[in-house]
Amino acid sequence: MAALDVAGVSHSYGPKRALNDVSFSIAPATFTVLLGLNGAGKTTLFSLISHLYDTRRGSIRIFGHDVSRASGEALRRVGIVFQARTLDLDLSVHQNLSYHAALHGIGGREARQRIAALLDTVDMQGRQHDKARSLSGGQMRRIEIARALLHRPSLLLLDEATVGLDIQSRAGILATIRKLVETEGIGVLWATHLIDEVEDGDHVVVLRQGELVAKGKVADVVGASGAGSIRDAFSRLSRIEAAGIAEISP
Amino acid sequence: MSAPAMPEKVAGIMPVKFEKFGLRHYLICLKGVVLRECLRFLHQRERFISSLVRPLIWLFIFAAGFRQVLGVSIIPPYKTYVLYEVYITPGLCGMILLFSGMQSSLSMVYDREMGNMRTLLVSPFPRWFLLVSKMLAGVSVSIAQVYAFLIVAWFWGVKAPPIGYLMVLPALFLSGMMLCALGMLLSSMIKQLENFAGIMNFVIFPGYFASPALYPLWRIQEASPLLYKICLANPFTYAVELIRFAFYGQIDWLSLGVVAGCTVLFLAAAIIAYDPSRGLMTRKQDTGGNA
Repeated sequence: MAALDVAGVSHSYGPKRALNDVSFSIAPATFTVLLGLNGAGKTTLFSLISHLYDTRRGSIRIFGHDVSRASGEALRRVGIVFQARTLDLDLSVHQNLSYHAALHGIGGREARQRIAALLDTVDMQGRQHDKARSLSGGQMRRIEIARALLHRPSLLLLDEATVGLDIQSRAGILATIRKLVETEGIGVLWATHLIDEVEDGDHVVVLRQGELVAKGKVADVVGASGAGSIRDAFSRLSRIEAAGIAEISP
Repeated sequence: MSAPAMPEKVAGIMPVKFEKFGLRHYLICLKGVVLRECLRFLHQRERFISSLVRPLIWLFIFAAGFRQVLGVSIIPPYKTYVLYEVYITPGLCGMILLFSGMQSSLSMVYDREMGNMRTLLVSPFPRWFLLVSKMLAGVSVSIAQVYAFLIVAWFWGVKAPPIGYLMVLPALFLSGMMLCALGMLLSSMIKQLENFAGIMNFVIFPGYFASPALYPLWRIQEASPLLYKICLANPFTYAVELIRFAFYGQIDWLSLGVVAGCTVLFLAAAIIAYDPSRGLMTRKQDTGGNA
């Protein structure tokens, strides 16, 4: 069963089409990079997967649960890190995490244990009583990742999670997420426009102005596009006016 | 791209099955939402002070001046002539609930702009439950503000029958729910924080002044029959009267019916407005066609 299955999804804002017939799937325990320039439709896709918007055309399934029809079951299996900062700055790290735990029906000792363990995972132990306002951008992201993992999701969505961070923070967060894929078996959809965040073993899904223009393993996408590297492939795919889909089976 | 087979070592680790949510989980969620609202309120001392100062200014300054020019006849629930300060106290309680309800709507717009609202909306609990929890959280904070005001008013010599302080609690709760539900509905319609000034001008001020909060309805009827009709159509009128009667251990059934009915109506509309498949929250979406 796919961790995430997006089938024929389209979405419009009034007359402006943001996504057009997008289909792809993500296997459990894999790291998939959703590549696209600004305005490609990445955030719209995230809003649809997280049921902030309703899917009116096509379907989205998370471990077989339709996001529109069984949103509760679907959302229990997914952890989300949004592009915008979503921590409550007036509350402490622990209060922010406890609030999220409560939103997933986790309370008391269990919540405290999970919070302590996850702060350790994201290397933020000892900071739980600090106000969120006092954290750096990178530290806030780490807390948001810990928050997204609190309810033990099987799929993690991260929308431009490293935007605005310095190189060291970016590398640290990326390494943390990749480790989670290996050790915890979490499937990850990592949306970015930063091509240097893609590694050779990754799967990639490339969006361009709402159209899916390539999907598959990095090597296969590079080969199919006739480019020498994923950077060149992304550059070509992002420029092509009437792109066909470069379909590559893993 | 088809999904590759799951690695063996991963298959054993991944928690795919989840315990079904029971009453305990719902209560944990409710407690978490209420606690967060209370913590936010405690962290924002200015909000607490301003919520207290506003009605106190009306009580200490406005009422002192108007006491001399505005007589209040004996009208239910009062059995004797009362000081003007006593008359406007239920209205000032309503004012706190009104401003607090709108404040919570402002905070929802702020949360939406800042992104905090998303963490609530992606919770796996039903959307209606999350919104009701948010409302209960807002009402809890409002009621705490009302009682803080009543304590100060008591020291100022404005006293209701002792039992009234207990009897008024359900009336405050229901009125607070109605105003929070209205605030929530309005928050779904406001796209930007800047538009909140419109709420002040078109909802809070007309709602407050076109009600018996400051003057009895019979006086308004004498002054302007049209304004009287507007007051009768204003749900806030009934919230104030419900609170006023409750202070004296009485139930104004008409007010109770209107406030309860409006609470259900506003809440249902807010739930629909925040439903991604039907509501106003989503920007205009595709309705089919040229995919």
